[in-house]
Amino acid sequence: MSRLLQLFLSFLQVGALAFGGGYAAIPLIKEQVTQLHPWLTLSEFTDLVTIAEMTPGPIAINAATFVGMHLNGIVGAVVATLGAILPACLVVSILGYFYNKYKNLAWVDGVLSGFRPAIVAMIAAAGFSIFRLAMFDTKAYTLQNLDVISLVCFIGALFALRKWRPSPIKVMLTTGVLGAAAGLLMEMAR
Amino acid sequence: MTREKGKKQGKKPSLYWQLFTSTFALSAFTFGGGYVIIPLMKKKFCDELCFLGEEEALDLVAIAQASPGALAVNTAMLLGYRMAGLPGAFVTILGTLLPPMITLSVISLFYDAFRTNRIVGALLHAMRAGVAAVIADVVWTMAQNILGQKRALPALIMLGTFAAVYFFRISVVLILPIAGILGALGAKWRLKQEEQA
Repeated sequence: MSRLLQLFLSFLQVGALAFGGGYAAIPLIKEQVTQLHPWLTLSEFTDLVTIAEMTPGPIAINAATFVGMHLNGIVGAVVATLGAILPACLVVSILGYFYNKYKNLAWVDGVLSGFRPAIVAMIAAAGFSIFRLAMFDTKAYTLQNLDVISLVCFIGALFALRKWRPSPIKVMLTTGVLGAAAGLLMEMAR
Repeated sequence: MTREKGKKQGKKPSLYWQLFTSTFALSAFTFGGGYVIIPLMKKKFCDELCFLGEEEALDLVAIAQASPGALAVNTAMLLGYRMAGLPGAFVTILGTLLPPMITLSVISLFYDAFRTNRIVGALLHAMRAGVAAVIADVVWTMAQNILGQKRALPALIMLGTFAAVYFFRISVVLILPIAGILGALGAKWRLKQEEQA
């Protein structure tokens, strides 16, 4: 199968199954581009999530453009993005039609009530992979390999998020600057 | 009313232009996902341009949320369709897609050069802890909402999915339909119980 077609089909699946906001797309994209296809490493994927969080636009579109460009240039970006939005175009039209006709989406509510907990768990699983990467890089999970600076940054960032609800961009930039400065200083001290 | 008038006087292109520039600007300056863009869209299209009423806007968002895909794209699509039919939907989708596509294309071109730069590399590396914290925060809040319902089925779906995805590496493409069916059956069962009570 040609790579463009694979790219299209992968992001078609992401677009079809990403219910419930931007974070829901993260586990789907992770599976498609790091596990099912060897398109990005987990590090590159994590960079992509970081970049997507700091740039405007939905994460699925950002990811489709980034991965598409990475593999096939502009054509790849357009093909992947089309794949990502096509399911939504269809479902939105169908739901819009029924909604105007019946003004009642009770069965959709039932299905969504099953999706929601599954999506939380999927985001948690993807988040845990990123957490492990932040703490241990790609090394074995032993105490010696634990990145103490990252752990301190993580705890501080989570505390700030729970307590003051700042925007995620500010939190990421702050942890980035503080963590990088601490890391470079430690390197120089050695 | 004013829109009908505009149509008759052949001012439709200006409506398309308005739809394009509004969605483009909203998409270009909205950081941090769908839930941020919805209140801004409401402000722009309900309060400033008076394209539609508040209740109708809420209906559009409800449909957009019940559909898969990015909330911002879905809402823009519905809005464009509501204002100017299929061409309108095309224009608003384009307006919403272009800013992230341009930004990410440029970034991906420079990514390799970026990544090998020592400072940028250290920054991206350190930011991972921040990304992990942001995701942990989102999961925390969402899980609280699910568990706060004090119902067994959602809690079981949540635990089962985590085990299936994280430990058994079962594809999410398989899990979502199953979770959806369980949710629909659960809702049906609860409805029956309420009728009997």
